[in-house]
Parts: sequence; structure tokens; C-alpha cells
Amino acid sequence: MPFGVRIRVSGRYACFSRPEMKTERVSYDVITPSAARGILEAIHWKPAIRWTIDRIHVLKPIRFQSIRRNEVGGKIPVSSVRAAMKAGAVHDLRLVVNDARQQRAATILVDVDYVIEAHFDLTDRAGPDDTPAKHHEMFSRRAANGQCFHQPCLGTREFPADFQLWSDSIPAHALPGDQVNKDLGWMLLDIDHTPTKGGGHVCDDGCVPHFFPARLKDGVLTIPRLDAAEVRS
Amino acid sequence: MTALANRYEFVFLFDVTNGNPNGDPDAGNLPRLDPETNRGLVTDVCLKRKIRNFINLVQDGEPGFGIYVQEGAILNEKHREAYKAVRPNDDTVATAKKLSPKNAEEETAVRSFMCQNFYDVRTFGAVMGTGINCGQVRGPVQLAFAQSVEPVLPLEISITRMAATAEGEAKKGEDGEDGRRDNRTMGRKHIIPYGLYRAHGYISAKLAERTGFGEADLEHLWQALEQMFDHDRSAARGEMGSRKLIVFRHASALGNAAAPALFGRVTVRRRFKGEEYALDGDGLDNLPPARSFADYSVSVNRDGLPAGVEIIERL
Repeated sequence: MPFGVRIRVSGRYACFSRPEMKTERVSYDVITPSAARGILEAIHWKPAIRWTIDRIHVLKPIRFQSIRRNEVGGKIPVSSVRAAMKAGAVHDLRLVVNDARQQRAATILVDVDYVIEAHFDLTDRAGPDDTPAKHHEMFSRRAANGQCFHQPCLGTREFPADFQLWSDSIPAHALPGDQVNKDLGWMLLDIDHTPTKGGGHVCDDGCVPHFFPARLKDGVLTIPRLDAAEVRS
Repeated sequence: MTALANRYEFVFLFDVTNGNPNGDPDAGNLPRLDPETNRGLVTDVCLKRKIRNFINLVQDGEPGFGIYVQEGAILNEKHREAYKAVRPNDDTVATAKKLSPKNAEEETAVRSFMCQNFYDVRTFGAVMGTGINCGQVRGPVQLAFAQSVEPVLPLEISITRMAATAEGEAKKGEDGEDGRRDNRTMGRKHIIPYGLYRAHGYISAKLAERTGFGEADLEHLWQALEQMFDHDRSAARGEMGSRKLIVFRHASALGNAAAPALFGRVTVRRRFKGEEYALDGDGLDNLPPARSFADYSVSVNRDGLPAGVEIIERL
């Protein structure tokens, strides 16, 4: 991997929701490869490249906290937006929170710190100018200067991620004995978004989630490739 | 409206005196606490609600400043009736078909319509969807949980009411031992005697480009942060106020420095009899608890500011 990158991300809270418990969110024990990819993409991404996560180093103990919030249970129906566009008036387009209120608990991670090792490959949308060196350089420059497209987050946007480009050796982890080689069970690897023609992607039933058996080994989670044998979808 | 060309971060300090800034539904409406550090918490959505309410109050009825996620009463029902009366034929507009030739195109149209008309969609984003299609708007403004700078001590205050809710309760109270009618109910209030909270916010210029969040919108956001507590008085809140709003303005859209380092330039210290104490240092234990903003000092370190970053003290 000539163009691998390392980035250290940390934050006070994090929530990497398990898909099987999404109404009352429960976080995975560690960051998912998919969330880690999102962090890298928040710093630098172009359609010409695709990030792949290789390893995740878990530096701090896995700890949880619970928080319950008032949330809304509905989404904006496209049909009513269309109706409002047609009518030229937005007066009956609204969501009254008192009617759509749901109280949901979230079991979130506290005080997380990871080193993410990743690399990127060029996609078939790469033009003649898209050399790996160029994108690697752009990413490294941005990450080193604290620049980003938008502030990356740890699972959900209310938990911002602090990031820094990491060129030192990996710091020693502070995991307690029972977590050093913890079996994390089946974990989301990533979601295979089917590309739509015409650019814009609409998430639909055609998007396939992939899972992998995750196990920490000396505090390190090694991520299989999407097409590896142990990955199930 | 031209979108923002600069990335921003901000540190927002607000305080509460004898009130409950944000109740925890899991703990009987006790003020939210971090169970490990006993510091008070205010969720991001709590602050966003106040921003929405403020914008709704100030910009009521202005085109482009609708608030999609509304609280309480619906004042605009009447307007709708008027519109229906004025435009009886609108349902049959032939152009409607033009709007939905393809999914992607229609999605874009719907999305930009929502962004143009609703301040909260433009600022914080929204999820739109029916069935399989999901149009998503990611807003440029991102807020994190606010945390009190020191541990807070919630107090439970018992209160009484000189009346009963139901008839049955009233009768039971009749002819008490001393002959007094005792139709009283007891209730509880949870307050924090004093807490100074610190919130961090991020504004991405690149996402602002996509939603059309412009300079004027930004000005409204600052105004909302500065004044929103003045229009959110209630029995539960006590006295809340915005104390400091320190903005880091980057010269470029992607930013010129890492956010955590900038946030680290704003330090809050305890002040007691002219002396200042670091909040994470020793010697705090012997001090009496902070009970007003005067017990704290806020300083902004401007030394060696990275090139291209400007500090604006709004408040």
C-alpha cells in the first residue's frame, strides 16, 4: 500500500448505531469501518477515489453512557413539499413537534480515541489528472492543517470528531485486560451503495449492508476487504 | 443569496441561575448530568430548538424564514385558508408534471425549495422521504453537546400549591385536625443554583454552498445565539443568559487551522477575591461554589494565531 494514510480521531462522545437497534440507538463497541470512511471523506474525497479502511487501533477503554432525548418520529413527505411547490405557499408545510414527539434513549460511547489506517484506490471515474500522489498529497495537507470539507463526526453530528494526521508510531492502548482481545461480534463493514446513472445517488432497497466478524487483537481491529470470504451481506 | 465562503467555529458560553437549562426525561426531569464528572449537559437539539424559536419569533412571516420543525400552536392556518381562496385552480397546474420527470431531478427541486423557504432546513438540514426515496439535506451548522465548565449540583425544591386538581382530593382534605381546609398539592422543581455552560459549534462553508446558507443567515444565527434566552423565559428555566460568543473565522472555505486547537484558545478560569484559578488545577476545592458569572473569567489567547484565522468576539 504505497498511499496509506493514518489519522487519529478522538472525541468526548460517539454513537455508531447498531442497525438492529436503531430506534433506541445502541452504539457498537468501536467505530465501524463505514463511519471511519465517513471521517476521511469529510476531510478529502472526490468521485475519483474510494477510501478503504485497513486497521482501527482502539486506544481508550470501551465505555458507555445513556442519554434520552426528545426526538421527532417523522420525515418530511416529499409529496407535501411537492404540493407546497405547486401551491406556491409554504404555510401548511410544517411539522409540529408536540404531535410527532418520541422520547428515545441512546447508549453512546464516551471518551473515544482511535488511530485509523486507510488507503484509497482510484475508481473508474478517475480522469487523466487523478494520480494517487495528488490525492494523497491533498488529503495529507488538509488533515495536517486541520482543514476539512465539513467537521467530521463520530457516528452522529452532535458528536464532532477531533482529527490529526498521524505519522508517529501508534500509541500504546489503555484497554483493560478483558477488552484487549475482545470479540465484538458481527459488525457493519460498510453499505454498498448501488451507483445510479446521472450522478445523484438515492439510497434505496438496493443498497446492501455488509457485515464482518470483528475481533480486537491487542487493541487492533483488522478490517477485511469488502469482497473477503468472511464478509456477509 | 450567495453562500458563505468562510469556515467558522464558535465557542458559546451561557449560564443559568436557579433554573433547569435542560431536563433529562430519563431522570424525572432532573437537569442533565454527565454521570462520570457531574458536569451539567445541554443537548445540541435543545439549543437548536431555541434558535428555531427565536428565528420564528423575529422573522415571523418573512419569506424564506419559515421554520419547518415547529413547536406548539399553528398560527398560519388562517393564511392557508386565504391562499386556498385566492388560488382555487392551483391543484390542476399542468407544470406539476414537469417537476417530476426523474427522481434525481425532482429530488433536487424539492430539496432546494425546502432550503429556500425554511431557515432551519437551510441551517441544520432535514431528512425528506416517502417510502424508498430519501432526499437529505445536511446543514452547515453543527452543534455539539454543551457542558458546564465545573460540576453542578442540582437541587430539588419542593413546592406547594394552594389548590387541588380533582374534587376527590379536595374532600379528603376537609376538616383537618386543626380544622383547617388543607387542599394542597406538593410538587417538585429541579434547579441548578448556578452553572456556566460551554458549547462548541462548527459551520462548514462547503455545506453552506449546497443549502444556500448565506451571510445574512449567519448574522441571524449569531443574533439568535446572543438573544435567544431572552425570549425563552419560563418557570423551569430560571435566569438564563448568553455570556460569550467567540467566533473563529477562517479565511478559506476549507479552513486554516484545526478546530480543537482553536477551541483551546478560549479558557475559562475561576475567579475568587481577585485571584484566578485554573479549572483543572488544584486549589479549587477550598473555594466557595461559583454563584454568578463574576466568579469566572474568560480569556481568549490571541498569541501565535494561525495565519488566516480571525477571532471575533461577538459578545
